[in-house]
Amino acid sequence: MVKNKTIRIDKHGFYGKFGGAYIPEMLFGNVEELRLCYNEVINTSEFQMKFRSLLKDYVGRPSPLYFAERLSEKYKTQIYLKREDLNHTGAHKINNTIGQILMAKHLGKTRIIAETGAGQHGVATATVCALQGLECIVFMGEIDIKRQAPNVARMKMLGAEVRPATSGSKTLKDATNEAIRDWINNPSDTHYIIGSVVGPHPYPDMVAQFQSVISEEMKWQLQEQVGRDYPDYIIACVGGGSNAAGAYYHYLNEPTVKLVAVEAAGLGVETGESAATSVLGTEGIIHGSKTLLMQTKDGQIIEPYSLSAGLDYPGIGPMHAHLIQSGRASTYSVTDNEALAAALELTRLEGIIPALESAHAFASLKKQNFRDSDVIVVNLSGRGDKDLDTYTKFLNKHE
Amino acid sequence: MNKLIELFKNKERDILNIYFTAGYPKLDSTGHILKRLDQNKVDIIEIGMPYSDPLADGPTIQASGAKALENGMHLDLLFQQIDSIRPSLKHASLILMGYYNQVLQFGPQKFFRQCKAVGIDGLILPDLPLHEYESEYKDLFDELDLGISFLITPQTPDTRIKKIDKLSKGFIYMVSSASITGAQKEVNDIQLDYYKRINALELNNPRLIGFGISDNKSFKTACQYAQGAIIGSAFIRALSDAQNLELGIDNFVKNIRVSDLEAKSI
Ligand SMILES: Cc1ncc(COP(=O)(O)O)c(C=O)c1O
Repeated sequence: MVKNKTIRIDKHGFYGKFGGAYIPEMLFGNVEELRLCYNEVINTSEFQMKFRSLLKDYVGRPSPLYFAERLSEKYKTQIYLKREDLNHTGAHKINNTIGQILMAKHLGKTRIIAETGAGQHGVATATVCALQGLECIVFMGEIDIKRQAPNVARMKMLGAEVRPATSGSKTLKDATNEAIRDWINNPSDTHYIIGSVVGPHPYPDMVAQFQSVISEEMKWQLQEQVGRDYPDYIIACVGGGSNAAGAYYHYLNEPTVKLVAVEAAGLGVETGESAATSVLGTEGIIHGSKTLLMQTKDGQIIEPYSLSAGLDYPGIGPMHAHLIQSGRASTYSVTDNEALAAALELTRLEGIIPALESAHAFASLKKQNFRDSDVIVVNLSGRGDKDLDTYTKFLNKHE
Repeated sequence: MNKLIELFKNKERDILNIYFTAGYPKLDSTGHILKRLDQNKVDIIEIGMPYSDPLADGPTIQASGAKALENGMHLDLLFQQIDSIRPSLKHASLILMGYYNQVLQFGPQKFFRQCKAVGIDGLILPDLPLHEYESEYKDLFDELDLGISFLITPQTPDTRIKKIDKLSKGFIYMVSSASITGAQKEVNDIQLDYYKRINALELNNPRLIGFGISDNKSFKTACQYAQGAIIGSAFIRALSDAQNLELGIDNFVKNIRVSDLEAKSI
């Protein structure tokens, strides 16, 4: 597959100029060990067999590709939903944690740490730790602990310790800082299961590969249902960008497929209370990789805002920074209220309550012009159980 | 000749390097602290550029950085503060410590030239990758005669330490045990083995031991295994507790340096 502008990672972990591993020496051993193991193990048939069998029998894959008839009617086009919400634990996050827990086992690690925003990644990590009998500590911003209470309860029931991150904005960025610091302090027995396509190389590439099962399935599901193995559009919300990376993965080098990344505008891109990184961000370093992030001209990271804990992050994975800057992906920003309205719309039209993160992807439908015949895949990254409190407040105000 | 190299040439042991965060406790504390540490004959002063997300730092340095930023500290101001106090410092070498993103946003060329212009002798940028330093900045550092210290830890393999030795200029920053800054740990056998292993490598650069050095005892121990040591969080705590900044600094340095005999009677 020799093509111009092929999107692929280089040997130092860069997509174009984004990526790399900007880490203090105290992390070097852990990250290097992981990089070597990952390269050696991921494509072995033994690893793939274990990974695939857990995805099938434990997660419940393949996740359906569902033609959303009433939603399609409304937007006068052909909309398919990739049902990651039907996975065990309720989101795409588990695809990655299954892969990483197998990696951790291979490395002989006994202690697992993770960061979480919405709590979905925390739950998915606590779940695989219970499955494998490993100690699990999840760092979560104090604010997120409050706004995603059901997931905190699930993590605790699964036997994980939830440690509040109390610095900075007390959200996902700070939980990630704390997880990284914990990893520095525990250089031999601990594996850090990062929850998105962020962090130092090899994380962005590794997480994208584990999530790529999403677009792998889309190919044959579309072939079966539409008669061709590609859509015209793939739409996904982007926090760090793991569900989007998985949904794009097998189409990255097929330019006929339009890739759409939807970011959280919070109260609005211009309000100062936003998490729309591709609009507000500039090139810099966050959590060990060079990418786009929201920062002051002095390089101080700006605290983001979104009602959605999973999108409340001031950076974006390096692959997405590259896709966006090179024009391969286009972006939309969606406000809290637009996302809430879209969640309600999907619920009433299709009987599916989406996660607030995923609702952002749906809210972008209004902003785009589709043809009747276009085939659109919206990646429905998670279910909305965790957001019922937020949705109820919204409903009480509007009905 | 670079002042750091001169220092290590003239003094082979008991080198004291003290870290503080610029703009803490007050925005204009930077100059006062520099001056007083210099009067106390501290050999190297490491000025921390406060950062919003200091990944390698523990709660004490994090909090001082957050306060400094709240006070309004920023890089242009810091360079001005250093520039105006530098000529009056008689003794100390100056190191600037921060995160690579701060340098990138300022513009690396401009940043390093500015460092030279205000009298900075060396840099510590813990998240600057070795290969990026080598390919992008090494020539400039040589041209400007600026020092740079890379970190090593008990987990760093010998081959990598040799490479770090080749690229470091001034001294190597020897992290005592795998941790973020501010962790208080007793020196254990694993650490002693590590110190001995490093000494056996016969590196070109002198070493300073940092992380967890907090008092006379830990300073003395570190000095047995390296040319000196670096104190950060403990000094920040002393600044926070001090009624009078100058006296607080005098006391802190005096207590670090007391002889073993005196220490016993404290
Ligand atoms: C359901 C759901 N979708 C999306 C996200 C955003 O993460 P990412 O951009 O990595 O897919 C999250 C994060 O918590 C989530 O829970």
